[in-house]
Amino acid sequence: MRPVKVAVLSGGLSLERDVSLRSGGRVAEALADRGHSVTRLDLDDRLVPALVNGDDEAVYLALHGKAGEDGTIQGLLDLLGMPYTGPDAVASALAWDKVVAKGVYRRGGVDTPEWVALSIDAIRDMGAVQALDRVIERLGTPVVVKPSHGGAALGVRLVPEASALPAALVAAYSYDDVVLIERFVEGVEVAVSIVGDDVLPPVEIAPRTGPYDFSARYTHGATQFHAPARLPHDTLAACVAMGEAAWRLAGCRHVTRADMIVDGGGRPWLLELDTCPGMTETSLLPMAAAAHGWLFPDLCERVLAEALASAGLRVDAAVTP
Amino acid sequence: MNASEIRALFAVANRPEVVSLAGGMPYTAALDYHALAEVTQAVIRDAGPAAMQYGEGQGLPALRQQLTEVMAAEGVRAQADDLVVTTGGQQALDLVAKLFCDPGDVVLAEGPSYVGALGAFASYQAEVVHVAMDDEGMDPVALEAALQRLAAAGRSAKFLYTIPNHQNPAGSSMSVQRREQVVALAESHDLLVVEDNPYGLLDFKGELRPALRSLAPDRVLYVGTLSKILSPGLRIGWVAAAEPVRDKLVLLKEAADLCQSNLTQHVAERWFATQPWLRQIEVFRDVYRRRCTALLDELAASFPPGCSWTAPTGGLFVWVRLPDGVDARQLLPKALSARVAYVPGAGFYADGSGAAELRLSFCFPPADRIREGVRRLAEVLHEEVELIDAIFGDRR
Repeated sequence: MRPVKVAVLSGGLSLERDVSLRSGGRVAEALADRGHSVTRLDLDDRLVPALVNGDDEAVYLALHGKAGEDGTIQGLLDLLGMPYTGPDAVASALAWDKVVAKGVYRRGGVDTPEWVALSIDAIRDMGAVQALDRVIERLGTPVVVKPSHGGAALGVRLVPEASALPAALVAAYSYDDVVLIERFVEGVEVAVSIVGDDVLPPVEIAPRTGPYDFSARYTHGATQFHAPARLPHDTLAACVAMGEAAWRLAGCRHVTRADMIVDGGGRPWLLELDTCPGMTETSLLPMAAAAHGWLFPDLCERVLAEALASAGLRVDAAVTP
Repeated sequence: MNASEIRALFAVANRPEVVSLAGGMPYTAALDYHALAEVTQAVIRDAGPAAMQYGEGQGLPALRQQLTEVMAAEGVRAQADDLVVTTGGQQALDLVAKLFCDPGDVVLAEGPSYVGALGAFASYQAEVVHVAMDDEGMDPVALEAALQRLAAAGRSAKFLYTIPNHQNPAGSSMSVQRREQVVALAESHDLLVVEDNPYGLLDFKGELRPALRSLAPDRVLYVGTLSKILSPGLRIGWVAAAEPVRDKLVLLKEAADLCQSNLTQHVAERWFATQPWLRQIEVFRDVYRRRCTALLDELAASFPPGCSWTAPTGGLFVWVRLPDGVDARQLLPKALSARVAYVPGAGFYADGSGAAELRLSFCFPPADRIREGVRRLAEVLHEEVELIDAIFGDRR
C-alpha cells in the first residue's frame, strides 16, 4: 500500500472516550509503523479547522459512542468531502439506534430476540410504569435491560425477575432516554466481523465468570476468546450468514462487527451491529483478523484501503498479508 | 456499576467542556511563579550538585527544620529529627499501613473517609471499620461503641485514622471538645492515632483548632503535606513520629524509593526559608473561600428538596446527601452527559455504603463555572427524582 496521510480520530465527549483513546492509539501506532503519515485528532472545536486546513487524505474513525458512531461525524465528514473509514452516516445512525435497527433486522428476516422499547417520556409522562407487567408477560424472565444507544455494555443489566426491572430501568435511563428490554437468550456469545469482502472467523466470547460486561471486556484475562468459535460447522455458517444479512440490511461498508448469541439449539440471534468496532488489546475485531492471518497493522491498512477505494482514491497494490 | 466502569467514565471529566467538581486539584495557578522561579533558580545556582544528588532517607535536614515551622503555625510542636519526608502524604499513609497492618487487621476511620487512605489500607488487606461523623467531625460515642464492639469480638484496632480539619470528603471539622474526647478514648483504649492534616491551614478565617498530636504527642502519628499549601507537583509530605516508629519508617522509606527527590526538597526548603509562605497560603484560602461560597449559594438556589450538604469553613470539599433512592454512582453517566462531574460517595466507604452521597470539590474551577456546574447537576437531579417517583411511586 502506498503511504497515506491519514488523521486518526479518537476520544470525543462520549462515555466511551477512554476505550476510544485506546483504540485510536493502537491504530495510529500501527499505521505509522507501516510508513503512513499519521496525525491524531480529538472531537473538539479544533477538528474542522484541522481537517479543512490540513492535508490529510482520509480519516480513520476510532470513535466509540455518541457523536462518533451515530452518524454525526460521518455526516460532517461527508460535508467536508473527506473520505473516512466505516459505514456512512445513514448506516451508522441506523445501527446506533438499537430499537430501530432491531425492527429493520426482523423485517429483513434476521432473528433478533423479542424486545420492548420504553422511553423515559413514556415512563414519566404517560404512566407506562403501569404496563411493566405486560413487558414481563410478553418477554418472560430473565430479560436484559440496555440503553438503546451506546456500546461497551455500559448500563446493561441482566434482570432475573420482574421485581428487579424498575431498578434496572433507572440505571439504564442514566445512559439514554430510550431503554431496550430484551428477552434473554442463554447461549454462546459470538462476534462476526466483516472487512470489505472478507468475512473474518467468528469469535466466541467466554467470560471466566458472569456476563460479558464492561470489566469482562476491558480487563486482560477476564474473558477467554476462541477464534474461530468452537461451534459446529453449520452453526458457524449460520452465524456468518446472519452477519452478512445484517450488514446488507443496515447498508454497511468497510468494516462492521455483528454481535449475536447462539442458543442451546444452535440457532443464532442477532443482538446488534457495531459500526466502529473496538481496536483495543482485548477487542474482538483484531482477534478475528488474527485468526484470519492478518497482523493488527494489516487490519488497519485493510480498513483504510477500503475508505480510499470508496472515495475513488488510489490505493496502489492491494495489501497482501 | 464497577470501579473500572467509573474510571473509564472519568476519561470524559477531564475535557474542558465538562465542569469538573470531581478532583481535588489545588488551584496551582494562584502560586507566585515569579518567586518560585527565583527560588528554583537559586537552588540550581547555589546548591546544584547537592540538589542533584541522592539525599538522606529521612529527608533533607534543613527542610525538616522548615516543616516543623509549618507545623508550629498550627500550634504543633515537633523536632526536625522526628520527621520523615515522604512522597506526598499518600506515601506516609502507605508506609504507616505497611508498618502496622497485617492482613485482617482493623483500622478505624471516619465514614466517609479519604479514598486514598482506604486504598492504602486495603493494599495491606486491612479491614476498615467506619466511625460515624457529623458536622462536628467524628462522633466519640460512635468511636467508643466501635471499640467496644471490637473488644467484644476479641479484636482491637491497629490505629484510628482521622482527618480532623476540613475533612476529605465531608468538609467538616472536628470540634475542640470532640478532639479531647477522641484523644481521651485513644488513651483509655491504648489506641494509636494517625492524624492526617492536609487542610488545617486552609481555614477560611484562619482559625486554628488544636491538633490531636498537640493533645497527645506520644499517641499520635502526624501526617502533613505541602500539596495543598504549596504544590502537589513537588510531591512532598511527611510523617512525624517518635522513636522507634520513626526509625522503622525511615527504613521503609529507603526500601521503597531510597529518598525523596532532593531537588524538590531543596526548592521547598528555600521557599519556606526565603518567601512569605503564609501570605501564599492566604491567597489560596481567599480563592477557596470565594469558590466555596459560590458552590454553597448555588446549591441552595438550585438543588432539589431532599438534598442536604455540609457547609465547610475551609478545605476543598462539600459533601452532599441525595434524596432517598437516588444512587450517585448510577447517576454519573447522566451527569457526565450533562457535562458536569462529581465523585460518587460509595468510593469513600470501605463497606459499600454511601450510595446516596457524593463529593463536590470547589478548588479548581472558577466561581462562575462552579455555579454553572451545580446548575447542570441540579437539573440532572431534578429529572432523576422525577423518574424515580414515576417508577417507584409510593414504594420508594
